[in-house]
Amino acid sequence: MNVMPSPIARGNARVPSRRPSEEITVEIGGVPIQLRTIDPGFRRVIEERYSGFLNPSAEPACSFEIQLTSNELISDEDVRVSRRASTWCLQRGDFRAEWDLHRREGWIRQGANPYSIDSVLRITHSLLLAMEGGFQIHASSAIRGGRAFLFAGVSGAGKTTTVRLAPPDAIVLTDEISYVRRSESGYRAYGTPFAGELARSGANVSAPVQRICLLKQSLENRLRPVRRSEAIRALMRHVLFFAQDNEIVERVLDSVVQFASGVEVMEMEFTPDYRAWELVR
Amino acid sequence: MKNCYLARSRAVAARLIGEEMIIMSAADSTLFSLNPVAALIWQAADGQTPLARIVRDRICPEYEVEPEEALRDAEEFVAELAAHGILMIAESPILGSSPITVGTR
Repeated sequence: MNVMPSPIARGNARVPSRRPSEEITVEIGGVPIQLRTIDPGFRRVIEERYSGFLNPSAEPACSFEIQLTSNELISDEDVRVSRRASTWCLQRGDFRAEWDLHRREGWIRQGANPYSIDSVLRITHSLLLAMEGGFQIHASSAIRGGRAFLFAGVSGAGKTTTVRLAPPDAIVLTDEISYVRRSESGYRAYGTPFAGELARSGANVSAPVQRICLLKQSLENRLRPVRRSEAIRALMRHVLFFAQDNEIVERVLDSVVQFASGVEVMEMEFTPDYRAWELVR
Repeated sequence: MKNCYLARSRAVAARLIGEEMIIMSAADSTLFSLNPVAALIWQAADGQTPLARIVRDRICPEYEVEPEEALRDAEEFVAELAAHGILMIAESPILGSSPITVGTR
């Protein structure tokens, strides 16, 4: 049975009224998620961490009550994401969370550290994006000339290096995880607060995707077109999704196939200096 | 391997891109890419047709290959996919494995 809701629909969340001071709405990739905590200290942590991505007036796509545990759940347990009827269960050594698809409400049980909430947000976004034809990808990205360029690669491939070398006219969206959403005219890439080695939040802006570059360090700078099937295989290796769920896997694969059909996917051989950006236009 | 029947796991997403079949396992996110011959076998894996007949009827007419040699290669291939859990193999027809849709893009 297909219990997935329709694409991210604003106005569907039925969020009970609470003291406004407990609520923080974090909007990443145009998807507002409301977080509620009665702990003023942790609230400040969240506000500082997502300072460029707060939108108190946004109507949340879903809402989480954060329950801080005094005894932090810490183990090496890997992330597990599963679905029971209409409830998603998110679990890792340092947090537990549940989220009901229909009520669009849930809870997070975690210690007062920002890394757990980062992960819950990323996982929730990956599910929401998958439902509407988008995805998260392990890629840095930047806007130049009004168009977004993504740079995908494994750790060490040069994602951070690429955006670190960005010229002044480029706007860095992220050096670690890019959000891609389908729009009426194609695909848009969004800035995220999730930082890699750059240790700096991306800009909270978006632009139509011009190209995704599969990074390959080299002695010269050049672009090589990539066959569609090769592009899909490469993109699937970099797309982030967590659920062991047939429907999500189907949706993500479809999204990547469509993305690879509508957007330039090129291998980018580059030398790690400013000249690499001569290819980014 | 006698009377080898095969059926695709339902815990996968598969899309035919040109002649190449791209398969993603929902269980562990492993990505598989099948060449055109392997894709033919994958598509014919309906749980009801023995591998030998798939090779005889689908592979040999399409590619100039000896049936024995093709069957040997096919057996190796299906054993590998079965080890990854994306294909089921059995000595008798696999019930409840009616044809599933394989998206083509």
